[in-house]
Amino acid sequence: MLKRLITSREALLVGAIGLLLILISTRFSGFAAPSNLANVFNDTSPLILLAIGQMIVILTKCIDLSVAANLALTGMVVSMINVAMPGLPIIFIVAIAIGLGAVLGMFNGILVWKLQIPPIVVTLGTMTIFRGMIFLLSDGKWVNSHEMSPAFKAFPRAEVLGLPVLSWIAILAVIVFSIVMTRTTLGRAFYAAGGNPHAATYAGINVGKTQFWAFTISGALAGLTGYLWVSRFAVAYVDIAGGFELDVVAACVIGGVSIMGGIGTVAGALLGALFLGIIKNALPVVDISPFWQLAISGGAIIIAVILNAQANRKKGRIILKQAEQAS
Amino acid sequence: MLQHPGITTTDVDTTKAVAVLALDKVTKTFPGVKALSEVSLSLYPGKVTALIGENGAGKSTVVKILTGIYQPDGGQILVDDKPTPFSVPQAAATHGVTAIHQETVLFDELSVAENIFLGHAPRNKFGLIDLAAMTEKARALLSGIGADIDPATKLKDLGIASKHLVAIGRALSIDARVVIMDEPTAALSHKEIEELYELVESLKAQGKAILFISHKFDEIFRIADNFTVFRDGQLVGDGAIADVTEAALVKMMVGRDVSQIFPQRTPNVADTVLSVSGYSHPTEFEDISFELSKGEILGFYGLVGAGRSEFMQALFGITRTSAGATEIDGAPVQIRSPADAVDNGIVYVPEDRGKQGAILDLPIFQNVTLPSLGRISSKGFLKLAEEFALARSYAERLDLRAASLDTHVGNLSGGNQQKVVIAKWLATQPKVIILDEPTKGVDIGSKAAVHQFMAELAAEGLAVIMVSSEIPEVLGMSDRVIVMREGRIVAELADDDLKPETLVRHAAGI
Repeated sequence: MLKRLITSREALLVGAIGLLLILISTRFSGFAAPSNLANVFNDTSPLILLAIGQMIVILTKCIDLSVAANLALTGMVVSMINVAMPGLPIIFIVAIAIGLGAVLGMFNGILVWKLQIPPIVVTLGTMTIFRGMIFLLSDGKWVNSHEMSPAFKAFPRAEVLGLPVLSWIAILAVIVFSIVMTRTTLGRAFYAAGGNPHAATYAGINVGKTQFWAFTISGALAGLTGYLWVSRFAVAYVDIAGGFELDVVAACVIGGVSIMGGIGTVAGALLGALFLGIIKNALPVVDISPFWQLAISGGAIIIAVILNAQANRKKGRIILKQAEQAS
Repeated sequence: MLQHPGITTTDVDTTKAVAVLALDKVTKTFPGVKALSEVSLSLYPGKVTALIGENGAGKSTVVKILTGIYQPDGGQILVDDKPTPFSVPQAAATHGVTAIHQETVLFDELSVAENIFLGHAPRNKFGLIDLAAMTEKARALLSGIGADIDPATKLKDLGIASKHLVAIGRALSIDARVVIMDEPTAALSHKEIEELYELVESLKAQGKAILFISHKFDEIFRIADNFTVFRDGQLVGDGAIADVTEAALVKMMVGRDVSQIFPQRTPNVADTVLSVSGYSHPTEFEDISFELSKGEILGFYGLVGAGRSEFMQALFGITRTSAGATEIDGAPVQIRSPADAVDNGIVYVPEDRGKQGAILDLPIFQNVTLPSLGRISSKGFLKLAEEFALARSYAERLDLRAASLDTHVGNLSGGNQQKVVIAKWLATQPKVIILDEPTKGVDIGSKAAVHQFMAELAAEGLAVIMVSSEIPEVLGMSDRVIVMREGRIVAELADDDLKPETLVRHAAGI
């Protein structure tokens, strides 16, 4: 029954996105054209990638505020590697980005798992540390477009079957993590560890280790996004994606991920990210002032939280025996 | 005089006195469910009234109405015979009604004195809390009830029994006229229960009216003056305890005759399956050694705090030990985590099944297979068909009633949730099952079912360890009993030694 409710909640989000598109189309008819929607999807791909990782972390009753800083640090490192070794094939750059991101995520994970520091404190700290490391590495200088090799910049833009590689990576991540979350023991452990840590412990699941893997995945996705981000915008500096971690958390919340842990799906994170992405892309073109844009994005988040809170409210227990049998 | 179900008689003495607090034909309906149907209940000064009923009879709803948390849909609350609506919990407190809950609702991070006086702390002339006066008053209150607790201690540093005393101190501090005790002895040891009885007597002597909710008949007959029995939200009988027998009460409660006899078993004790030697922990237990055979039910008795649960958690790999060795089927095994324990065929059904049992946001089948994921997966990928088949076979075996195995456990009734938890452990095909207080807070009807089930497990060759603080249960179910006191095994009893006095004597160290 609740499963139907969750799927219907995702259906609701699909409906809301459809409604939003119709509404925007009345003001700006070209918005809903397939080519523009493909652009919006491509624009939203980094958010989708990070939201999937964040969803897994939130599922285990944690939060990762360091994703944007991780993205920026990894982006800077791969940019500098590219400047130093322009001939290094892109496949290695991607591998380094994922690997470095994962290591940074593991650092969060270790602190949460072994030292049992609250995740919000850990990632607030590492967020600042990562940003500081970028400054130390780069001396505060930018890596500009002309310093990056053409191949480095071309990869996310290359078109395959009509869509840029960046979009394909987001699609691939959605598919891979849908499988991980529903078909693997690790995916099941994420749900169990967040749904009821005590019960999970007694069932032989190491809750801390599960959280560690959640941070590792979140970090790896942030690292991958770091490369895609700097190559797409062809620039790397200390403050890229500043404050982006809040958009990522917001996308999860809009997508029905329970901030209390244990509830959430990849589809939800995807839809939440798309909803936010469409609003951010559409509001400028329909001529709404930037200040209203912020207010509208914030309003959407609060409405989503209210809807989730309503849906998760516990139903009254059945007290009488005959009523229980009747139902 | 024997009470008949459905017939209400009133004790002659109590009709003369005015009830300090009463419910008059109170009805409470929740969406689709009538939780209480025209029930009446009277509490008299200086009397203990026992409220008896199976789980789901409506006892908790009554407590919530009496304390102003729920509003009745029909009928009224009478204070000193005058209709008085308790529209908010504070209204109940103003009229001197206070409740001591099964799980104490106090604040762990505050001191004992702060807990007692929260909301009505003594003020100094600046309107600020007068800490010195508060501590002094708390000390006086606590020593008045014979509790040797420093008012400056943080609540989290106290044991459960002491927390109850603090709750009682709080009740006294607001000058309570009515004290509601909701299963106050559920978590207490034998000696602590005796102290509670004395306290109840002294509250009686002070003219307080007491509503005592309990599952245990021995304590009801020990301390109650009157009784009120609920069944399925209806009043089925009340009167003076002196006029009623235990059998009559049970009959009223369940509406049928229930034999309180434990299942007859012929212990078919075979080879040793588990052998534990020299288990020690720096602070909780020392040198625990025993052997357990297939088909045997081994009882662990002791006072609360004797280290039984702590040892079981160590055996299950949740806490570490400083020394000790485990052998399964004669082969030494290392248990460093619950996963190791499950892999080696040991499972532990914890005491607090609500908190440690099921994962409410996951569907039934995922809960059932959670500890068995290793068996139904290869290289980390789940085989969903096998998973479903495993869940289905154990759900059927336990007669689990749900629309589908996809139903989320949070939507099931309490009894069915419990079945999910048991199915989960049986699905691991364990050799040894540890049941920690398997019938704590369970009504009589369900208790018998749990006992029957334990007997079946043993008959199938499972070795069962049962940690229990209820003497009848320990004696009725166990083939052998190990008594623990202060972290050590002090006796191992079997056959003719299994007598209530012997158990209590060893447990208390008399």
